[in-house]
Amino acid sequence: MIDKFIASAAAALADVADGATVMIGGFGNAGMPAELIDALIAQGAKNLTVVNNNAGNADAGLAALIGAKRVRKIICSFPRQTDSWHFDKAYRAGELELELVPQGTLAERIRAAGAGIGAFYTPTAFGTRLAEGKETRCIGERDYVLEYPIHADYALIKADRADRWGNLTYRMTARNFGPIMAAAAKCTVVQVRETVQLGELDPESVVTPGIFVQRVVRIAPLRKAA
Amino acid sequence: MKKLDRNQMAARVARDIPDGAYVNLGIGLPTLVADHLPKDREIVLHSENGVLGIGPRPAKGMEDEDLINAGKEPVTLLKGGSFFHHADSFGMIRGRHLDYCVLGAFQVSVAGDIANWHTGAPDAIPAVGGAMDLAVGAKNVLVMMEHLTKEGKSKIVERCSYPLTGARCVNRIYTDLAVIDVKADGLHVVDLAEGLSLAELERLTGVPLKGLEFAA
Repeated sequence: MIDKFIASAAAALADVADGATVMIGGFGNAGMPAELIDALIAQGAKNLTVVNNNAGNADAGLAALIGAKRVRKIICSFPRQTDSWHFDKAYRAGELELELVPQGTLAERIRAAGAGIGAFYTPTAFGTRLAEGKETRCIGERDYVLEYPIHADYALIKADRADRWGNLTYRMTARNFGPIMAAAAKCTVVQVRETVQLGELDPESVVTPGIFVQRVVRIAPLRKAA
Repeated sequence: MKKLDRNQMAARVARDIPDGAYVNLGIGLPTLVADHLPKDREIVLHSENGVLGIGPRPAKGMEDEDLINAGKEPVTLLKGGSFFHHADSFGMIRGRHLDYCVLGAFQVSVAGDIANWHTGAPDAIPAVGGAMDLAVGAKNVLVMMEHLTKEGKSKIVERCSYPLTGARCVNRIYTDLAVIDVKADGLHVVDLAEGLSLAELERLTGVPLKGLEFAA
């Protein structure tokens, strides 16, 4: 029998080792697995390499993980924001390495890892500072830059509904990096709003098939005050 | 001379976007274009974070944190809208499916190079987002920016001094002073602010400009 449901976020992340590469889904707050990040902070793993579009906002989530000095390196497209003070401080202090990647290249490198692609050529960033030192090639009339996949030990993502096989649906723009990160990590841990019986998810609407998911934790949404 | 204000610039860009176009509007000034798209045209707005068919801002109290644009502002979805993951979203951009993108910029060169992600200052924290993908991917790359810096220097330059976002990719520049096409043989002025002469614009810009070819 397959049962990927895990009772708590703490149990789902108990085996994350120091030095692990952890993908964290979300774009801004949409799709950010806040409770999983809190559990990772409590768990204590350090020297992490984190893959996310940003580098944390305000004081919660990824920003708190950086603030707790658990992150050695961050791979992202847009670290600098008005409220990225934890990242800014750690980066300026030289405590944190930054690999800046154009957003589409970041997405495609993650996708390539999950799809078993060894490398790919993209036109993005050709002739810019972000392509310096990289292999390039002219194919047809266009110039391309060679890029490699990003694999991860863990992916922490947020979905809307899951069954015990790990099939997932998402909610609106909270989908963002979830499906590609789920495929790119050895162990994908998902927090969902709701768990359902097998067969309740319409197979036509499953976005991430359970083969890409190892662990599912239900996090009840906070009730809004009436 | 009457400079265009931000809303007039946005309206001028919107006028050039045809019915049926798929369009990505960059963060900041370009986002204003959405408010000026002619109501009689069906134009589908794309955002990098995985949405096509963005509608107007939600009414106060109706925001949903799962429905945002690339600027992380709350939006709504039009009938016919759709959601997709990040790799598909950038496949649309890189795969030449978007008809237009509108980007802000620090500088644009006469060859159509654009610099909009990094000032190059040693202490600056760089951030690139989706700008480099949009610059190489959209069928038409439109730039919307003030013509001059606060110090009065032209942002249209012979060669960009800031690090490039993309090389030879800009098709048209919209500023508060003029609309300028980037062509193989140089810059062609399409529109001028009221009361501004081509000679005066050329003096302010500091690079050669070809004469007016007024668009309809």
